[in-house]
Amino acid sequence: MKGNEAIAHAAIRCGCDGYFGYPITPQSEVLETLAEQKPWETTGMVVLQAESEVSSINMVYGGASTGKKVMTSSSSPGVSLMQEGISYMAGAELPALIVNVMRGGPGLGTIQPSQSDYFQACKGGGHGDYHLIVLAPASVQEMADFVDLAFTLAFRYRNPAMILADGAIGQMMEKLVLPPFKPRRTEEEIIKECPWATTGRVGGRKPNIITSLELRSEEMEIINLRIQAKYREIEEKEVRYEEFMLDDAEYAIVAFGSAARIAKKSIEIARSQGIKVGLLRPITLWPFPTKEIQTLASRVKGILSLEINAGQMVEDIRLAVEGAVPVRHFGRLGGIIPDPDEVVDVLKRSF
Amino acid sequence: MTREEIIEKGQVVYKKPTLLNDTPMHYCPGCSHGVVHKLVAEVVEEMGMTEKTIAISPVGCAVFAYKYIDVDWQEAAHGRAPALASATKRLWPDRLVFTYQGDGDLACIGTAETIHALNRAENITIIFINNAIYGMTGGQMAPTTLLGMKTATCPYGREVSLHGYPLKITELAANLDGTCYVTRQSVHSVAAINRAKKAIRKAFEYSMQGKGSNLVEIVSTCNSGWKMSPEKANKWMEENMFAFYHLGDLKDTGADK
Repeated sequence: MKGNEAIAHAAIRCGCDGYFGYPITPQSEVLETLAEQKPWETTGMVVLQAESEVSSINMVYGGASTGKKVMTSSSSPGVSLMQEGISYMAGAELPALIVNVMRGGPGLGTIQPSQSDYFQACKGGGHGDYHLIVLAPASVQEMADFVDLAFTLAFRYRNPAMILADGAIGQMMEKLVLPPFKPRRTEEEIIKECPWATTGRVGGRKPNIITSLELRSEEMEIINLRIQAKYREIEEKEVRYEEFMLDDAEYAIVAFGSAARIAKKSIEIARSQGIKVGLLRPITLWPFPTKEIQTLASRVKGILSLEINAGQMVEDIRLAVEGAVPVRHFGRLGGIIPDPDEVVDVLKRSF
Repeated sequence: MTREEIIEKGQVVYKKPTLLNDTPMHYCPGCSHGVVHKLVAEVVEEMGMTEKTIAISPVGCAVFAYKYIDVDWQEAAHGRAPALASATKRLWPDRLVFTYQGDGDLACIGTAETIHALNRAENITIIFINNAIYGMTGGQMAPTTLLGMKTATCPYGREVSLHGYPLKITELAANLDGTCYVTRQSVHSVAAINRAKKAIRKAFEYSMQGKGSNLVEIVSTCNSGWKMSPEKANKWMEENMFAFYHLGDLKDTGADK
């Protein structure tokens, strides 16, 4: 099935309570598949088409405030509209899933694939000091698997999580094993597991308030410091990445999502020509595998950041490498996907 | 006689609702918010919904409503409260879900969320405080500001050529198929307060009976923003606001559904 369809099926199967979204190419199949599957008749999952991305993210904000497992999906221009709500959710420390099936920008841009929302996803995106947990799938299988993983991480840290895919992964059809079916949590379980949630003052408990507002500077600094401490813990514990043919590599490509698939093909071609190159694929873009890339820099002669954008992740690679080896970027823009052969040429030219 | 003795002898003639806590309110003297907060707290309590209420507060003067009424609250982004309420009610259908919003929040930046939540027939209630001005930010022009009315951003008075017309969003709401009960009330007199309370109760009951969306507008004063004494503000409201924003029920299909 398509990557977008995999997201929808995985959501139903992982016990998701609600999906709120607005159609936009190239990810409309998520909402379409959910509407066709009618999970409200089986698992009881709520599916609602909102009047805008602004509204869908705020529906997610409301739903997440009640401890329910809620999500939305969109593509780049729509995700730009959601930034206000995402910032509020990060501030109010709410677990939720946002899927961005990226297309090329800026502006209305193109409907073709791109990875040009790396900065927006990994550096905050909206206002204020915050981070999302960002997962980058490179296959339809990972589109499905990362739904449950994203919810798990989001609830573990009470922080919104994002699946940062692109139009290629969203539209691509591949075989996959759908994750096992997990029932939705009961209201009693939610009330027990999320004592902070606004579920009504069940049992006469004190009122719960979900807010990101604090006008007293001293208090607001304490809140920020607590959130930052949480980010440091996530950076410590949740980095995920894949290594490919790095054992004997003299050069390394760092790439995520569909770019990582192209990189694998390029590595095959390069190795057939005697160039020892391997791949480090960040699976979590935030937290970024900084230490791993630092270690990598001590083993290789040069690193190429392959991205379908004008050079965004390359900044994080350079911060990790700290000048130890040359770091180059290659990317195509406007919705064009790099060709494996041109990547090999770039490797040869760069190092 | 002590307070306890009065209570013991059954001579209590008035008591504030238990859900309204003792936190000193930040509202200006003469502001309508305090009265409407009391009515909301009373109705939730009288309906026995204390343990089943989820309220959404706006951005604006009522942003801190969650400090005063002891129910669960979500504090929304500016204008987005109906979106939060829609999801909350759909995910917890047996809860009483209402938003509490001002005219800038509801009739300007949140117009889309308001209209669409109402027209989706979400089983929620929107309490809409209309004082024709942005109170919290210091008295700027609102979509509801009357023609000729002076504010910080229309200091020479609202003019059609410069600012367009005041928006009667409640009339708009009454025309939507999704709304069940749409009413315009005020809280400037004891009789008006009693009517407003009945309206809030009816709206809350309809939303619990699954009859669709409900909008209770309360035409209110903002004596600070209007730069009038509370008494003068009430009088000005009666003469000017009520002449444009007519009080009464605009729609009630609750009995038919």
